[in-house]
Order: sequence, then structure tokens, then C-alpha cells
Amino acid sequence: MAGPGGGSSDVQWCFSQVKGAIDDDVAEADIISTVEFNHTGELLATGDKGGRVVIFQQEPESKNQPQCRGEYNVYSTFQSHEPEFDYLKSLEIEEKINKIRWLPQKNAAQFLLSTNDKTIKLWKISERDKRPEGYNLKEEDGRYRDPNTVTALRVPIFRPMDLMVEASPRRVFANAHTYHINSIAVNSDYETYLSADDLRINLWHLEITDRSFNIVDIKPANMEELTEVITAAEFHPNQCNTFVYSSSKGTIRMCDMRASALCDKHAKMFEEPEDPNNRSFFSEIISSISDVKFSHSGRYMMTRDYLSVKIWDLNMETRPVETYQVHEYLRSKLCSLYENDCIFDKFECCWNGNDSVVMTGSYNNFFRMFDRGYRQDVTLEASRENSKPRSVLKPRKVSTGGKRKKDEISVDSLDFNKKILHTAWHPLDNIIAVATTNNLYIFQEKLN
Amino acid sequence: MIGGMDAQSLISISLMKIHNSRTQRGGIKLHKNLLVSYVLRNARQVYIKEKYAEIYRMQQYEEVMTVCNEIQELNPLDLDAEEADEEERSRGEESSVCGAALQRGAAQPAALCRTGSAVSGCCPLEDVGKDPEPSYYRSCCMEAPPAAPCDPFTGSGGAHCNKTTVLDLDTHVVTTVENGFLHQDCCCAPTGQSAAKKRKVEFGCCVSDLDDVPDFTRKRAKREDCSFSDYTDTSNISNLISIFGSGFSGLLSRQADLEQICSKQALASLGAWTRAIVAF
Repeated sequence: MAGPGGGSSDVQWCFSQVKGAIDDDVAEADIISTVEFNHTGELLATGDKGGRVVIFQQEPESKNQPQCRGEYNVYSTFQSHEPEFDYLKSLEIEEKINKIRWLPQKNAAQFLLSTNDKTIKLWKISERDKRPEGYNLKEEDGRYRDPNTVTALRVPIFRPMDLMVEASPRRVFANAHTYHINSIAVNSDYETYLSADDLRINLWHLEITDRSFNIVDIKPANMEELTEVITAAEFHPNQCNTFVYSSSKGTIRMCDMRASALCDKHAKMFEEPEDPNNRSFFSEIISSISDVKFSHSGRYMMTRDYLSVKIWDLNMETRPVETYQVHEYLRSKLCSLYENDCIFDKFECCWNGNDSVVMTGSYNNFFRMFDRGYRQDVTLEASRENSKPRSVLKPRKVSTGGKRKKDEISVDSLDFNKKILHTAWHPLDNIIAVATTNNLYIFQEKLN
Repeated sequence: MIGGMDAQSLISISLMKIHNSRTQRGGIKLHKNLLVSYVLRNARQVYIKEKYAEIYRMQQYEEVMTVCNEIQELNPLDLDAEEADEEERSRGEESSVCGAALQRGAAQPAALCRTGSAVSGCCPLEDVGKDPEPSYYRSCCMEAPPAAPCDPFTGSGGAHCNKTTVLDLDTHVVTTVENGFLHQDCCCAPTGQSAAKKRKVEFGCCVSDLDDVPDFTRKRAKREDCSFSDYTDTSNISNLISIFGSGFSGLLSRQADLEQICSKQALASLGAWTRAIVAF
């Protein structure tokens, strides 16, 4: 069956791998909170609620199976953040990793930024496959030798060893955010990055940890007059002076750092007027933007709110150029979704490598792809039932009308505890990583 | 009713969420609480509008009852129906100056109801019930002289009202209870009538009136015929409403002047501790 992907209408998606525990009993620390491919797609990083980062590396394509792209295997695992306690406010700071952003590779080592609610850390991930042997003053096990027993000198040499991947924190960027950090974004100059919390955005230099510049501050003088918060922020992919931030009111502001030091005045504001027919108690909640992503080209940006994905042309502020309904059938269920807190779920979205397809998650472990060119969309499911190697994913359908066709699932049967909030698309190939609550699914395009 | 949930339930649920967020790990989530406060504002607006409509209906009912009681006072056999009617109407009008004032502007009563108790931020009118149902009038006795027709808006800004008078329209039993709330205003008593015939309408917040909690929940159950879950712990809700009442004043509607008046009055009447919700 045809499905969108990679610009052609006949891409089929197959199951490739699933990572994580099989148990139905999900440990809270194992809940995946972010997923990110690096710039080449060779590495895939996940962060979880327990503050750990797990990095998977793609194996080189096998000569035996050229039709199958390499599998992703665990490359490195480390504890990025620990729970902390703010004694002044008597508040616990969660160790949950909110975002991971890779830096482009400059040398043999890999660098990534990971953040929790308060602190951003720069991690260096490096390989060690040799070790020095033949020290004069040390034994092989590291104990120091008695200098009196040294009778001859030798030059230590490097000998191969089993590959060891080490992660070490190189920088810690702390104490700059009063509110909860929701986004980090690396600038295209590869020297600076921004971090955004509910009310402020700070600009950092990657080398300097004791200073950051506040570039956006929307905190009102009187907190009782607060009407909106910042929900996401991102740098333009090739204009190092431009960034955008989205708000809980459904607006996106684009700022130019050349205009002034404090970018409170936006250069552009993107906002679509609300449809008065859809006005409800929950209008403000469902219009809150949960994610914003520039296209790779830098011409467009995509926003995700509770029910839809919108594509904006940066040259047009008045309305999006494309709107895709992710799960419109939930509009009549907003009351229950409010009651069980699902209405506050923050779904992310992502572009494929050539910006022709966008993807986002939904409930019941469904995720959706929208082909912009062919105006097609497909709903797929990440589940262990469909996890035979290279089995083709069958499109799913949610029945909204009275009569439910065979193989359709009714809205009331959807499992709202199974949600896909985080997805990532390989920058170059049709490989996607989809995170369910505590499992990471990797799907690949079916190659013939 | 929206999607099976009415405004009152939404208010309760929202307040519960705000309350629970204080003990969440990682501290209060500003974004989520802001969104919840929007729902709370929307639900409150709908709830108040429903109450306006109810007040208007109640006023009409009240006038009818006034007329009926006037008729009952007089010897039914001696009545010249037309004259009596005219008399009653005029007395009714006299006696319900506030009612007329209320009729002038449907929005006005909210001023009274909103500035009711010190522990309330929003205030539904006491459920009066429909015609066939036994209903209770609550009234607030004003210490000020009852003779003067009172404009609801010139109410004494600091009059303390310590008693609540309840008139059972069926049995005509008048009971007075202590409530100790701060009531800034209420309708004046009509002149020349016995206490039993007083048609004072209290717009005090019934939610916060702890004495009235059982009445309130009972009437709510009757009127709306819906079952409440754990959220109907109204004494807690009243505290939570008051907690909320001071926060996010920017969310309050700027369309209705009345709401502005009420909100300012409500805000002014709350103590510093109720501003904790914004102290993230």
C-alpha cells in the first residue's frame, strides 16, 4: 500500500528494530523524553526521565545484505543529569532530559548538548581503541612501582584494545534559568546556542559557561498579568542572526539579533486568527504550540499544536500555507482529555531530509506522516505486534463516523496512555525513530 | 453542558489541578497552570452568564411571588382584583427596588455576588429553584437603615453582615443564621412590610458560605440532576477559588465592565496569602 515518504508516493515502511524493555510495567525513569539524530544520521541519541542518555550507532551497511541499511546498536550510555534540590525554593529539580542537540562533528569526537529543567551540559563522546602499555613507573594494573626496582628504561607504546566509548561532561551551563527550560538550539555558526525557558531565552557561547546573554524576556512586571509563555525556540538553519520562538497563545515570533541586543520586539509574528466556530473552553489549550521546527531549506517552518500541524512560509505571517489535521476526531473529546491531562501532551514534529514529508505522533502508538507534495497522509502504528523484521507496516485508520469498517479502530478504543510524543527522521535516508512510552522503534523504507 | 461536563465541574477540576500541581515533582509548571487558568476563566464566564439568566428568571418569579403574597395578606373576598394588582405591583416595585435595578441591567447583580464573601472570587447565585420546587431565599440583613431604597452600587463598602436570614417560601418560616462574612452590598429591605415578606436577595457567594454547603450541594443535585464526584468538596473549592481569584488578573474578561468591577473588588478583598498561586 502506498504511503508518503521521501517525495514519492509509493514508499512503504518496514519495521527494523525496537529498543527497550518488553515489560508492560513501565518504570518511570525509562520513559523516553527526547530523540535526536546527529547530522549524518549515523548516531541516534535518546534521553529519558531518569536523566540518562543512550546513543545508538548505525552499523556500516553489510555486504551480505545490501538491501538493508545498517542496524542501530548501543554505542554509549551515560548519566547526563542527576536529580537536584533547590534549597532556596525548596524545589526538586527533575533529572529528566528535555532536549538533546548534536553539534556538528569537527574531529574524531562527537559532541552533544543535553538539558534538564535548569542545567545544560555539553558532552564529549569519544572512542578509545588503543591504550598505552610499558610504563616505567607503573605496573600494568596501575599500581606504582618501587623506583628502586626500575633497572632499565623503556618507551611506552600504544597497543590496540577493545573499543571503549567514553562520555565526559566538558561544559556545564548552569544557573541561568529561573523557569523550566523547554528548548535548546545550536546556531549555524556552531559557536553559540540558545536555551529557552517559559519566559526567557538566553544566548550562550559554547566555550563560556559563566556568562549568558538574555535575548528575550517576556516576563511581565506583574506576574498576575501573565498571559502567555514561551513553548519552543529554534535557530534558523543557515541565518545565524535569526531565531523563532513559539508561545502558548499559538503565535510564533521571529527575531533578528542584529536589530538589538534584547529581541523583545519581533521582526515577524506568525499568527492565524482563531476560527470562531471552534471556540470552546479549551481553545487556549489546543492552540498552544508544542514544537516548532525549521525546514532544512530554511524557507519554511512547521508548528505543532494539539490537533494539527501547520507549515508556515517565512514570508507570510498571516496564515500557514498548509495545515494538516493530526487527529481531528479528538475535538469532541477535549473534555475527557482535559480531565485525564492528555490535552497537555506536547507532541513534537519533524521534517524528512528533503522537506517533502512531515511526521508527528498521536495516541494509541499511532504516528502520522503528511506528504506535502502528493497531499497524502498515512497513519502507522508502532507496536510489538508488527515487529517482525522487515514486515511492512500496514496503514491504520480511526473511524470517526457511526459505522466502523473492518480493521478500523474507533475513537473510544484508542489507548491514550500510549502516546508518541517524540519522533525523528534521519537527515539523509528514509529511516525514522519513533519513541513510544519506553521503547524506541526504528523503521526503514522498504528497499526492493 | 459541553461534552458532558458543565462549567461548575470544569471549575472544580481546574482548581484541583492547580492545587495538585503544587506538590508535583519538579515544581509548579507555569505553562500548564496558565492553560488551566484559561479553562477556569472560560468556565467561570459561562457559569456567570448562566447565573445572570437565572437571576433574571428569579427576579421575575420574585415579583410574581410578591404579588401572590400581597394577595394572600388581603381578604381574598374583598379584593378588587385590578386595584389589588395595581397596589401589589406598585408595592412590589417599591419593595424590590433592587429587583428593578437588577432588571435594568442583567450584569449588575454580579457586582453584588462577586463582592460577596471575603473568601470567594466568584459567586453563583443561590439556587432558587424553579416554580414548583420548594426554594429558599437567602438574605443578608443590612445593619444600615432599611428604609432607604438602596442602589446596589452605593452599598456600604465595608458593611459587615453577620446574619443570614433564610425565608422558606412554602412554610414562611424565617430563620436567621450567623455567617460572619463580609458582604459589601445587598438589596435593601422594602418599606412597610413585615419581615416575613421581605424579598431581599442575597448575592453572597453560596459556595463559600460554609453554612450553606449542604443546601448548595443538595440544590445543585436537584437542579442539574447530575452526580458530583469527589470534586464537590465545596469548602475546599471555595478556598481554591479564593486562591485563584487573585492570580492572572490579565485573564479576566475586559469585555464586560461588570467583570472588571467585580474582579477589582474581588481582588481588593483578598488577602496577601491568596496571591500564592502566582508566586512560582
